[in-house]
Amino acid sequence: MAQTVFAPWEDPEEKPLIEFRNVTKRFGEFVAIDDLSLAIYSKEFFALLGPSGCGKTTMMRMLAGFEDPSEGAILLDGRDISGVPPNRRAVNMMFQSYALFPHLSVWDNIAFGLKREGQPKDKIAARVDEMLRLTRLNKFATRKPHQISGGQRQRVALARSLAKAPKLLLLDEPLGALDRKLREETQFELMDIQEKTGTTFVIVTHDQEEAMTVASRVAVMDEGRIVQVATPSVIYEAPISVYVADFIGDVNLVRGTARARPETPSVAAEAVAGPTAPEPAAAAAVAPNLAAPEQTASERSAAEAALPVDPRAPQPNALGEWLHDKVLFPILGRRKPQQKLLPAPSPQERATSDRPQTAPPRDAAQAKPAPAHADDPDALAGGGIVIDWAEGQPPVIATNGDAALDGKPVVLALRPEKVSIGKAALDMPNTLRGKVIDIAYLGNISTYHVQLADGSMIKAQTANTRRLSRRDITWEDEVWVGFSATAGVVLEE
Amino acid sequence: MRGFSWFNVTSLTLGFAFLYLPMILLVFYSFNESRLVTVWAGFSTKWYGELLRDAEFLDAAWVTLKVAVLSSTIATVLGTMAAHVLIRAGRFPGRTLFSGMIYAPLVMPEVITGLSLLLLFIGLNIDRGVFTVVLAHTTFSMCYVSVVVSSRLATFDRALEEAALDLGASPFQAFRLVTLPIIAPAVISGWLLAFTLSLDDLVIASFTTGPGATTLPIKIFSAVRLGVSPQINALSTLMIAIVAVGVITASLISKRGAIRQAREEQAGLRATG
Ligand SMILES: Nc1ncnc2c1ncn2[C@@H]1O[C@H](COP(=O)(O)OP(=O)(O)O)[C@@H](O)[C@H]1O
Ligand SMILES: [Mg+2]
Repeated sequence: MAQTVFAPWEDPEEKPLIEFRNVTKRFGEFVAIDDLSLAIYSKEFFALLGPSGCGKTTMMRMLAGFEDPSEGAILLDGRDISGVPPNRRAVNMMFQSYALFPHLSVWDNIAFGLKREGQPKDKIAARVDEMLRLTRLNKFATRKPHQISGGQRQRVALARSLAKAPKLLLLDEPLGALDRKLREETQFELMDIQEKTGTTFVIVTHDQEEAMTVASRVAVMDEGRIVQVATPSVIYEAPISVYVADFIGDVNLVRGTARARPETPSVAAEAVAGPTAPEPAAAAAVAPNLAAPEQTASERSAAEAALPVDPRAPQPNALGEWLHDKVLFPILGRRKPQQKLLPAPSPQERATSDRPQTAPPRDAAQAKPAPAHADDPDALAGGGIVIDWAEGQPPVIATNGDAALDGKPVVLALRPEKVSIGKAALDMPNTLRGKVIDIAYLGNISTYHVQLADGSMIKAQTANTRRLSRRDITWEDEVWVGFSATAGVVLEE
Repeated sequence: MRGFSWFNVTSLTLGFAFLYLPMILLVFYSFNESRLVTVWAGFSTKWYGELLRDAEFLDAAWVTLKVAVLSSTIATVLGTMAAHVLIRAGRFPGRTLFSGMIYAPLVMPEVITGLSLLLLFIGLNIDRGVFTVVLAHTTFSMCYVSVVVSSRLATFDRALEEAALDLGASPFQAFRLVTLPIIAPAVISGWLLAFTLSLDDLVIASFTTGPGATTLPIKIFSAVRLGVSPQINALSTLMIAIVAVGVITASLISKRGAIRQAREEQAGLRATG
């Protein structure tokens, strides 16, 4: 079945159901909503996400009619609704506090709005019963709010706000008081109801997981402004700022200075700095005695710039390198650095060359001479940026970074689940050495807190697919963390 | 039990005696056979019987009851409205002045209230009678009602009213269908308070009353000036009974209301964050 993707916000023809036009709301001197513009479309499940006090409830209250914007206009179906009292708006709100009428039974609470419309009695009864069924409250119809549990009260509040089949339903942190299991159940229930009734939902939450679960789009707010509006996956995978990345989910923030990375090997050849350091900096971290102490930032920079090499150029065989370093080193002495001024090995090579003996299976392919990379689909693309994140550490490669950021302070936002961890060097463009400081075992996943050479922490996550898997990595272990060149999102500070 | 020393017991007894002995004597002598107020001559309820046959007293009782019911009802309506405005309207220019003016009669000497009302009625050329006493009593008991109701409204969650509005109720419907039923205990105890205040008021009533509108306190006061009679004792005993019942009911209602309110509000509302 060819189902079109629901994305009215991408259709310029589509008229928004709600439109905030440069809305500002002040409480005295305090600016709660700051020149905010936003369009929400019919049948959307729109989530407002932000820390406490950022103005989510205020936006809801303006939609419901309890507050008027100080400036700007709010349009519902194209009509300016400022000045329309709450009881004349086709908008219903589920209150953050539920606000159930304590003196009325569950049934009467749900019927309250219908009775105000002056519908015939049998119609009201039918609708209330429908709502009771929908929220599975049939058994509690005659109870008073204080005679039912928190979860049931929350469902009464939901049923009551849904009963009038409003065009727009506002849910202000509807599930905050529920325990995790009930909350998840209700989230799916909400999505189900939304699908059945076709109502437009605007949900306020400060639980990012909830927003990700239910929403068609998410707006991340900060101090009365909207920082980013996008689908949950875009918000998660491509946050536009450090604030968004940090707010949505767990994230590693690697701060550093960007440097443009050459597009092609020929550009790489222009690397000016004289003799490049052959000693991979990553290896330096492991075996400081081998590190060239005179290595400077510019040298590293040159080595980095030379990364995407001409595959035809002769390169040291990884195995040979290993043999030399581990076996022949005492006899032959230290390998002379780059007599032929060969390009420095790529990070994969460095990684694999360090400890090929314990490397993961894929390393077999990597053990081949570098030219093989040219045919490898995973081969590191040119371009992007590298980020110098710590003195004496290999820069982090981000091929998805914008070369225009050259020289600017940037942050690489990296989700922990995109960071691999291993006791052996990893076959990845970015590999960093570190020590396990802490392990959070969460049943389904484990998060490793790894301290890098410069003291900063990075979180790596692995799914515990096997029972007691990965138990081989434990506290204080020297480990490698690795991630691909496109795993992170480069953000300007 | 520690803390119940002789000193404590004595001071407690003396204190209560000071408060209630006069009333106990009054009640006691209302059942006295003898016409002499201070000489006990055996138990009898004859003065109550005589009271019921005394047309003047019955008339005064009827006037008092009319005035009390009317004035406390009007005071309750106005006082509740004032409390609602004060609590709900938030900040408006002159709010402090307005609330101060509602509560001022609480501390205003009754003579002043009575005198000023008298001057007003004379100035407006209003014939003094039941009507003017009702007005006067409404004026001073209204502030008591509004104190009681506004203390209840202060803890009443605005979100309930907003929910009603949100569901399509007009502001008046929201008040009538949601706010009023929930604050009803406070409103009722406010009414009872106003009722008993009106029942026993002498000063303001005597300033504002006119011919044909003698209330019981006035009647008693003038009768006593001719000498205390057991009949007056009997009447006073009845009044004590009525007032006691009113006050106790009011406090029970508000106490039960407070318990129910706590329970229900915990249920209907959860902590917001
Ligand atoms: N009626 C009000 N008067 C003054 N300040 C208010 C009022 N309502 C909200 N605010 C302020 O506006 C800000 C946003 O509040 P709110 O919208 O409730 O935040 P949240 O995102 O937590 O729901 C807060 O700092 C709050 O203190
Ligand atoms: Mg809020």
